[in-house]
Amino acid sequence: MDFSINTFEKLLSICESENKKIYEIMQEKEAFDFDIDVENVRNRVAKNIEAMKSAIKNGMTSKEKSYSGLCGDDCAKLQERYKKESPLFGKIYEKITTYALATMEENLRMNKIVACPTAGSCGIVPAVITALSEEKGLNKEEEINALITAGTVGYVISAKVAMAGAVAGCQAECGVASAMSAAAAAQILGGNERQKINAAILALKNILGLTCDPVGGLVEIPCVKRNVFLAIHAITGAELSLAGIESKIPPDEIVDAMVQTGQLMSPLLKETSQGGLAITKNGILISSKL
Amino acid sequence: MKQRSLFDVISPIMTGPSSSHTAGAVRLGLLARNIYKETPQKIIFRLYNSFAQTGKGHGTDKGLLAGLFGYSVDSEKIKNIFNEPSLKNINYAYEYLQNMDRHPNAVDFILEGKINMTISGNSVGAGNVEITKIDDFTTKISGEYNTIILFYKDKPGMISKVSTIIQKENINIASLDCDRNARGQTASMCICVDGQIPSEVISEIEKIEDVYFVRSIKKLED
Repeated sequence: MDFSINTFEKLLSICESENKKIYEIMQEKEAFDFDIDVENVRNRVAKNIEAMKSAIKNGMTSKEKSYSGLCGDDCAKLQERYKKESPLFGKIYEKITTYALATMEENLRMNKIVACPTAGSCGIVPAVITALSEEKGLNKEEEINALITAGTVGYVISAKVAMAGAVAGCQAECGVASAMSAAAAAQILGGNERQKINAAILALKNILGLTCDPVGGLVEIPCVKRNVFLAIHAITGAELSLAGIESKIPPDEIVDAMVQTGQLMSPLLKETSQGGLAITKNGILISSKL
Repeated sequence: MKQRSLFDVISPIMTGPSSSHTAGAVRLGLLARNIYKETPQKIIFRLYNSFAQTGKGHGTDKGLLAGLFGYSVDSEKIKNIFNEPSLKNINYAYEYLQNMDRHPNAVDFILEGKINMTISGNSVGAGNVEITKIDDFTTKISGEYNTIILFYKDKPGMISKVSTIIQKENINIASLDCDRNARGQTASMCICVDGQIPSEVISEIEKIEDVYFVRSIKKLED
């Protein structure tokens, strides 16, 4: 068996020929590459899920501000609103939005989180998987399957582009996290392998061009709230895909487009804080007070 | 080349807020610790460019110090490291500089103690790091492998002598990088290996004539 998986087409063809799910192929590959048991791989994934859930739990009850004093109490505010007014899109929406904020606020407080794929996008995957797990009653093994499915999407994309805002803008951070989450959601909701990848790719396709222009160079503005938006974005990808709506451009070509867009993006918009939001009048004002 | 892993995208478990500016800083500190191998009495951290501009807000200063004293990227101590009782008697200071010849996320550790040493490195993204200089010698240490680094007089036969010692212990060399200041001057060798490096290997290499400096540098945990 040829074990290199650098494209989605390759991944799907292996799934088909082996008659296995994405997470099965990926856990076998990881075990093979690092000469460990599949059980070891799954245990490490389980540890990450535990850490993700602790971050959410801690973040849901804290109002502590970040070192800059700019952020830290948004999760509390959102929970206050939901106490008075149930969210338009129900319990899953409530959980995803608060969990994403909870995790990102833990991150900026210098508390423990799981980079997924990066620290600046650490709220998205945990919010989607945990919210869906709680509402759909997943067991531990199903949660692991979902996170490995998400990880596989990031793994394939990172064969072509580094997961860093400095390389390809926020496409490669929150964008990829959203794509990973869409695949995890499709896994949880019972999609087939092609639908899982299609869900991810629909999410990715619709954030092409997303820049990385944080105010004052901090992982706060716009990163904290952007995690909430792109967590919800992932659900849209999963819903469309499970309805059989396919991207007319194949998955690997979408990734190519993302890589090229990243290359064309001005360095001023790639984690240098020299363009976009970072140099708005108030962006500069905030930055000068840090 | 680095073996790609699923855990490149769903790890590490770390103290926020930034993989490059926080986790990367801790990992640079850990590598500097593995290279220096002593307890420094006086430390100057010289931060450059983005590390200097946004380091405070990202806890880069805390991360560098925590790593240098052996705390891991997920340690809950990092946040309050400045109040850590065990570091009360350590004399340390930070300098913030701009230098466009340096990497955007560059740092120098200027260490004084039993021996004096300056170690330079960069945080290159997603928590990955590289040590680029030890004193005046160029290096390329990423912490992904157990690594042997040595400085020696540039002359024929040195690679063969060193590799013979390594081969005797049946250790597989994953990569080998050599560099030199000028012909016949000082050269550096950076050897990444699979598996552990027994201390005998280091003491054997130290015995080779015209070897000035040898270190075994433990790889960083995930």
